[in-house]
Amino acid sequence: MNRQQRLGWWLCLPAVGAMLLVTAYPLAYAFWLSLYRYDLRFPEQRAFVGGANYASVLTSEVWWQALANTVLITAGSVMMELMLGFALALLMHRTLFARRTVRTAILVPYGIITVVAALAWKFAFDPTTGFINALLNLDQPWLNERWSAFCVIIATEVWKTTPFMALLLMAGLTLVPQDLLQAARVDGASRIQRFFQITLPLMKPAVAVALLFRTLDAFRIFDTVFVQTRGAHGTETVSIVAYHTLIARLNLGLGSAVSVLIFAGVSLIAIGFIKGFKAPLIHREDSQ
Amino acid sequence: MNGCTSPDKSTLPRLRWYVFDEPSGTFAEAAKHCSSASGGAYQIKLVPLPADADQQREQLVRRLAASDSDIDIIGMDVIWTAEFAQAGWILPWTADKAATARQGRLQPSILSATYQGRLWAAPFTANAQLLWYRKDRIEHPPRTWNEMIRMAEAFGEEGAVLAQGERYEGLTVFFTSLLASAGGSVLDETGRHVALAQRPTRQALAIMQRLADSPASDPALSTAREDQARLRFETGKAVFMINYPFVWPSANQNAPEVAVHMGWARWPGVTEDRPSRVAIGGINLGIGAYSRHPELAFRAATCLAGQAHQRMAAIRAGLPPTIEALYDAPEVRAKLPFADLLRATLKDAVQRPPTPLYNDISLAISRTLHPMKAIVPDRDIKRLRAAVRRALRSEGLL
Repeated sequence: MNRQQRLGWWLCLPAVGAMLLVTAYPLAYAFWLSLYRYDLRFPEQRAFVGGANYASVLTSEVWWQALANTVLITAGSVMMELMLGFALALLMHRTLFARRTVRTAILVPYGIITVVAALAWKFAFDPTTGFINALLNLDQPWLNERWSAFCVIIATEVWKTTPFMALLLMAGLTLVPQDLLQAARVDGASRIQRFFQITLPLMKPAVAVALLFRTLDAFRIFDTVFVQTRGAHGTETVSIVAYHTLIARLNLGLGSAVSVLIFAGVSLIAIGFIKGFKAPLIHREDSQ
Repeated sequence: MNGCTSPDKSTLPRLRWYVFDEPSGTFAEAAKHCSSASGGAYQIKLVPLPADADQQREQLVRRLAASDSDIDIIGMDVIWTAEFAQAGWILPWTADKAATARQGRLQPSILSATYQGRLWAAPFTANAQLLWYRKDRIEHPPRTWNEMIRMAEAFGEEGAVLAQGERYEGLTVFFTSLLASAGGSVLDETGRHVALAQRPTRQALAIMQRLADSPASDPALSTAREDQARLRFETGKAVFMINYPFVWPSANQNAPEVAVHMGWARWPGVTEDRPSRVAIGGINLGIGAYSRHPELAFRAATCLAGQAHQRMAAIRAGLPPTIEALYDAPEVRAKLPFADLLRATLKDAVQRPPTPLYNDISLAISRTLHPMKAIVPDRDIKRLRAAVRRALRSEGLL
């Protein structure tokens, strides 16, 4: 290590320290708590129980049901967001007039607070106060049944975060060199061929980032479900299970175990994406 | 200059009273009145909590678990007594103070503030559900659930029975009241073991299932709370409603054409020969264990829970008093014309399980029994017992 490298390390140190303080410490603390039986209502009964909390969570039908619900909401919303996001990104990319207005208009839902959006959608679908039933000429209590409740939740999520997806994808579209597309056109490639064989492969890193961010975000879904159904009718997600255990039941040990498992789920998703896409999300200079 | 006239307000010990946000402002007035009656000993400051009881509890327990010394007086829902007392978050009332706090109070209200033989709060307001019905559509109120469901079904679409079926505390209240009316209980007398005897539990579950499955039930039953039921009843599209007395002033104000036909009766029973027993509600005033001025807080809470303020809360906010004599006061009877029925209902009201794990048990019950439509009595007795047993051990997810 030469002097310059050493200086580099020293200069990094404050950042490393800050990261350890704000992310590593809470994580380690949560992990440590998850090894204890620790209920705030019975502080004197605190005891080391090893993996018992994990065993208890992993053998509970509540956890697996919530995990299945979360995966369903995540997959459903992210897939729809990707398709809609692409359409919006292409639209924003191509728009020749009123460019700024179009982009701003598309981004509005992303600027609205999630709880407010969730409440607005809840009211819209309410059989007595909402306008959706009147519009579709139905008499459906949407949030009273499992599948229709899922539809409302996923629709809220899609409405809310498609702009974010579109924004990331639009950034990816600008990566595609125009002359490459021109050349392909001269060679006789159709519009669809150009999209699937030139635009899409070149956008792979952008798509991977957009999907990764949204999947991680959707996996932690809490507000929309909490506001719309409170987790009833089989729409409970893993975050709501953690909330019930930690905040309502004050069971720090068990709740921390749930939180650590959610973190593990998030990590698995991230690793899966990085491996699955084979796109180097971290740019390495020495490998080129 | 300030010093020589009256005691400076800013130097008085300030007591913070955490209580739900009561819209008519009687709590604020009571706080003001007690502050001035103390002769400069303390100043009570009202800190409003959210309207939803679950959210009130979450906010309080987070602060109390962190030993927050800012909490002096707590407006405690009756179901929190055991939990708060067991965790050491509130102070017990010593014999002489407790004697004043108990004086003239309804026995079930005192019981709701008692845990392991000690008084932990001053009974302040009570609450109990009644049966509300349309006098113009039926001749006499039904005495049992089966009778009521039959009567409602005869009305077809318009005959709805409104109740609380969402997955929340209200569903637990509904089940507890049905179970007690059938002669059963959730926990045994020690409060450490599951009771849920076969016969009464089966009867309670069968009624819940029958109600939810009946064409006379509200189609939105599985997301209905007290307020949804009130709103629906005020539209005139229901014959029966199970609800708290707040629906009476509300109907008089919002739907006078419905209110003139509104009758009240005791909650329906499960069997002909046994009168119903419903779960008692309301709030009691507890003293925060980390308060900087506990002695003053006890004095202030005694003043707040006194007769004058219970009378005011009953007249202005429609909150049923815990002092029995107030049910004979003419101005209270004018506001609560069903005072005799309410007092009789409150007098043999049932307590929800008085255990520090009540919140877990309630979660277990409401989760197992929701939606009511899907209840299969014989299967769900076992599921319910297993869930409550798990909750009692405070293990596993609920």
